[in-house]
Amino acid sequence: MRKIKELIIEKSLLSSALVTIAVTLGIILVLAIEAFRFFSEVSIFDFFTDTQWTPLFTEKHFGILPLLSGTLLTSFIAIAFALPIGLSISIYLSEYAPKAFRKSVKPLLELLAAVPTVVYGFFALVVVTPFLQEIIPNLSGFNSLSAGIVMGIMIIPYISSLSEDALHAVPDSLREASFGMGSTKFQTAFKVIVPAASSGIIVSIILAISRAIGETMIVAIAAGQQPRLTLDPTVPIETITAYIVQVSLGDVQHGSLEYRTIFAAGITLFVFTFLLNTLSYRIRKKFQEKYE
Amino acid sequence: MEIIMEKPIKEPKILDSVIDTSLKKTHKIAVNGAKVWYGDFEAIKGIDMTIKANTVTAFIGPSGCGKSTFLRLFNRMNDYVDSFRMEGKIKIDGNNIYKKKVNVEELRKEVGMVFQKPNPFPKSIFENVAYGLKIQGIKDKKFINDRVEKALRQADLWDEVKNDLKKSGLALSGGQQQRLCIARTLAVEPSIILMDEPTSALDPISTAKIEQLIFELKKKYTIVIVTHNMQQASRISDYTAFFYMGELIEYDKTKIIFTNPSIKQTENYITGRFG
Repeated sequence: MRKIKELIIEKSLLSSALVTIAVTLGIILVLAIEAFRFFSEVSIFDFFTDTQWTPLFTEKHFGILPLLSGTLLTSFIAIAFALPIGLSISIYLSEYAPKAFRKSVKPLLELLAAVPTVVYGFFALVVVTPFLQEIIPNLSGFNSLSAGIVMGIMIIPYISSLSEDALHAVPDSLREASFGMGSTKFQTAFKVIVPAASSGIIVSIILAISRAIGETMIVAIAAGQQPRLTLDPTVPIETITAYIVQVSLGDVQHGSLEYRTIFAAGITLFVFTFLLNTLSYRIRKKFQEKYE
Repeated sequence: MEIIMEKPIKEPKILDSVIDTSLKKTHKIAVNGAKVWYGDFEAIKGIDMTIKANTVTAFIGPSGCGKSTFLRLFNRMNDYVDSFRMEGKIKIDGNNIYKKKVNVEELRKEVGMVFQKPNPFPKSIFENVAYGLKIQGIKDKKFINDRVEKALRQADLWDEVKNDLKKSGLALSGGQQQRLCIARTLAVEPSIILMDEPTSALDPISTAKIEQLIFELKKKYTIVIVTHNMQQASRISDYTAFFYMGELIEYDKTKIIFTNPSIKQTENYITGRFG
């Protein structure tokens, strides 16, 4: 009787694991099939070289570059904003802050990641953009700058929290060694501890980039819906994710070429985040080997 | 073995006020009424002690007797323990190192430390040894190269690593890592080297190498070593201090401590009757 119980438990646990794998594979499969159909009508070469993305207009262009540039531009702004702040926070918490302070502030910071992104989106649109318009008068109502900055605020905890974990995992014996040599706290932090934790810090940055690239709500609300191949952060653009939202919510006919564009865009996005996640996984594995 | 010992002990940097030269010659370290608390626990219960220059002094005693805590007073490494509190004076070359304006970083360049577990930085062998010089802002490459080579030779590691100085310090064996840590300490040319059970994590052959090294180093440095190994204390030290329950029970020439201790507790400990 007990054996049967054990067997049932084991198999049910196994099946829930298999369901997850099946769902993931299903998503990839659907993406691949629909993208394949899309690319049988639109050449892959045009897709990656055309500088216009106008699938919903009469004169159709299927160049992913404007969407890609929009995605990379907002992500770049987000990282440029979040990286210095996130790293400073992590170094402060791990190397300088009193234990009690660290214990209470870290979870508070992580709350930033728990704010619904739609709230961030509106925050960007109705607070940050008007504020920035005071400084940059010709800033459009929709722009990649404020979307990028707010996305940066959202990903700060990814960088600060994961980097802090990496810094904190550096053995105290290295701190002792460094102090024992006559280093100041600052020298110990930046010449010994940060280099020793560098792989963990890099992983945190990659995950943050990955999160920024996949972020949808903030850019859909605050960055606009105008695919545009530009590096100008003050004008409306459109990201891959925002485009997918736009088409999914619109009245594009299922099964049409216009409808399949979202799968082509989706698989491009998927490839990017997949590569980034694989990279971070590799680095993390190397990192573990070093300390065990 | 190739060991270069041409430079005399340089003048310590922390010596900027009054120096009693006669005292300096004999007493490198002078402790006056040292008491230490961790929270409510009194770890050191009032110790007076003087340590002579260019000698090896061994601290022995059962675990928890306060010998490591006492050792770490000399380079103020206890400062990082949250509940640490201390009373009394510790003078190095006549200067109280617990005075308010003492620059702790400068002190530690004068009083180097080798730890129980080898703790090289995850950097190359060269960078490990050059670290102490670089944090002092020294940029002269030739000077750094010379110092690194000299320190590695002094630590008897040069011949083993001279061809792969770029290799990670962590790739070395445990014994080599500990000698690398000693080289790292020697590179900044301190006058005192504190060793906190430096061989307890090493095999007998590596231990013998480090003991040999300590014997050579005392010509130039004042060495204070905490050890759990009675034979080690008797082999390498000139003076031995026996600690028990935060008190200094007996302190004398090593020969006397190991052949004719005047206190029963000491005798019991070194003959292995307790501890």
